[in-house]
This record gives sequence, structure tokens and C-alpha cells, in this order.
Amino acid sequence: MSDVKKVAVSSEGPTLDSRVDARFGRCGGFAIVELETMNIEYVSNGSSQTMSQGAGIQAAENVANAGAQVLLSGYVGPKAFTALQAAGIGIGQDVDGMTVGEAVEKFKQGQVPMADSPNGQMGGK
Amino acid sequence: MIFAIASGKGGTGKTTVSASLAALWDNAVAVDLDVEEPNLHLFLNPEITDTEKAYITVPELVEERCIKCGACRDICQFKAITLMADTLITFPEMCHGCGGCMLICPEKALVPGQRELGEILRGKAGDTEFLMGRSRIGEAMSPPLMRQVKERMGFIASGDVIIDAPPGVSCPAVSAVKDANAIVLVTEPTPFGFHDFKLAYEAFSPMNIPMGAVINRAGLGDTSVQDFCAEKDIPIWAEIPYDRAIAEAYSHGKVIVEAVPGLKEVFLSLKEKMIEAANNTGEPDELDELEALAGLAGAGRMGGGVF
Repeated sequence: MSDVKKVAVSSEGPTLDSRVDARFGRCGGFAIVELETMNIEYVSNGSSQTMSQGAGIQAAENVANAGAQVLLSGYVGPKAFTALQAAGIGIGQDVDGMTVGEAVEKFKQGQVPMADSPNGQMGGK
Repeated sequence: MIFAIASGKGGTGKTTVSASLAALWDNAVAVDLDVEEPNLHLFLNPEITDTEKAYITVPELVEERCIKCGACRDICQFKAITLMADTLITFPEMCHGCGGCMLICPEKALVPGQRELGEILRGKAGDTEFLMGRSRIGEAMSPPLMRQVKERMGFIASGDVIIDAPPGVSCPAVSAVKDANAIVLVTEPTPFGFHDFKLAYEAFSPMNIPMGAVINRAGLGDTSVQDFCAEKDIPIWAEIPYDRAIAEAYSHGKVIVEAVPGLKEVFLSLKEKMIEAANNTGEPDELDELEALAGLAGAGRMGGGVF
């Protein structure tokens, strides 16, 4: 993962101190963090939140469009997982319960394993 | 004519009422559209003569033809197709079957595939035609299967149709009642029944289909349903008493109109009111106009059967 430049973190807000949003598909937004500078760009995920179905797929598109190579989140469902994998985006799960900054630090230290299967259920249940 | 037996709340007696109506109606077609948990057959005990699988057409990708233009992804309203870094992915379980992706693809890279929705069963219970849909376990959508059951309904040429609708006020419930000539709202006089009765009334009234209430377990609870009906001009077509004999018959899977003396009159009167309401389906404005004309012509009040 040495070529990772940008990490997307599902986030409740736009700063490094914001809490990680445990939900992927219906999270409030994504903090897109540039690893070298720790600069943050916030991408709203509102377009997914209002969908009756397919929120995870839409969110995966949002992450890919933001140019991130890795996603850090709490729970990622099977369809979102498939979509992220197809885009070659690494997926780190179970980083909820901390801030965006802490999650990125943890990733930088190699403590977030890249998942090979989803840990969430379809429809975010 | 088509009659839908519906309710906001589950467990109010839709199937109990549907079964009794089907039993006393001449040449009825009894249709169980509660495809997620059909149970009308448990009361009518039909002899099933036909079982067929039902499918919905979903896109299947022919990889080598795809030019990754994304037109199919853009037209899909349900996120059943995505294009991620030059990989086109379809999620057939999310497809609503509109076919738009296959029409818009410039390379015909999406071809018709199938997703099983469930099965459609047809049979007979006495002189009552019987039809039901049953969703495949794991299938998330019921309206596509319901539509196919309703198509079969049209092929059965005999008499009036009695639809046992799914509970609630969302797509399945609306799909079940929207083609009806009259809707029977079954409720019970409890705070729970009342709450969901109001929801059902609100959901269905914009369709301008004549509606009437059947109060099941009448005598239980309070009068909030009756008060609401009086306020909104919803006719109460029948009250089925809260009675141990009825509960016992029901618990043995019997059709209550056949098992409990005194109910035949209740259901015959309900049937009459349903037919009368269904015959009165003209638009209110049109009716007023016609009535005014009739008044001018000295014909007095117009009967229901004219339309």
C-alpha cells in the first residue's frame, strides 16, 4: 500500500477531529485525507443518504470519484464491497469509535488490515 | 368488478373477511396478493391445479461487447448497475425490471436475463377460482410478482374478483388496491387499529376509489374508529362482533361466515354495500353534474346502478 496517496474516511464532519461514521453507504460524508500533508477535503454523501436502495453503491462511486485509493469505515456491506474492490480501492473496516485523524494515523502505522470480505449486511442492517 | 380487502395494520382480519366474502360470492375469483405471506388458502383449502414460476427480466452483461460508456449506469434509477474503474457491475437483485439499460446500450452488451420472483398458484375451492402469488425466499420486491398475479386475474373470465391485500400503506399495499373498484378497509377498534386505519385512509383516498370500513372485533376497545369514520364520511359497511365463537372458528381455520350462525346476514349486507359503492365510481364532479341534470329533468335522485 505504499502507493496510497489519498484515504477516504466515512465521517460525521469535515475535520480530523470529526468522528468516524460507522456506516459506509449512508454516512454523512467522506473526509478525503492526503497522507503526505494531512490536508482534508470533505465530500458530502447526501446523494446516497436519501436513496431508497443502492446507497452503498452510490457511496462507493463517490469514494472512487474523489480519487481515494483506500477507504476506512465501520461497516461495509457486500454490494458496496464488490464495487469498491472493482475500482481497486483498499477497504479498512472496524475503524469506528475514533476520530478521522486517529483512523488515518492507525492506517499509516499499518494497523488497519485491508479486508477481503465485507463485515456489514445488505441494506446497512 | 374488483374488490380489494386491505388494512393499515396487520392481523385485523383481512384474510378472515376475504375468505368469507369469497365463500358466499357466486363465481368469485379469490386472489391472495399478500405474496410475502399468503394465507388465504389456509381458509379456502383450494385444490391447486397449476403452479408456475414467475420471473422478472434483468440485464445480463456480455462482457466483450461493453465499451464502458456508462449509459446503462446513468439511466438506472435503482443503482442496479455501476461502472467502477472500467469494470461494469450489475446487481440483478436490485433491478426493478424496467429494461431501460438494455434499450439504451449502444452495443447491445446487456441482454435479457432472469431473476426468479416466486411462484403463482392457481386452483379452485368449490365454485371459487383461486389465485395466489408466493415470493421466493430472499426476494426483496413484491410488486413485480403481484403485477404478474394480477395479469392472470384478467385471464380468468368468471365473476368478481376479491383481493386479499398485503397490510401496510407502502408499494405492495398500494399495488394491490389501485385497480380495485372498491376498497374494504378492515380495522379493529383499538388504538393500534385506529392509528393504522388513519394511515391507510390517507394513503388510499387520493386514488378516489370508493372505500368503506369493516370493523372487526367490534365491541372491543373504544369508538375512535367510528368517530373518525363519521368525521371523514367513511361508510361503515359491516361490524363483526368480538365473539368467542368467531375466534374459535378462525383458530380452526374455518370460514367464519359458514361456521358461525348470524354472520351470513352481516356478510351479505357487506357484499351489497361493496357492489353499490363500486357501481358509484363516477368522478364526484361528474356525478354532481349528472345529478343536477337529472334534477332539472325532474328525475329526482339517481340510482347507483346507472353507471
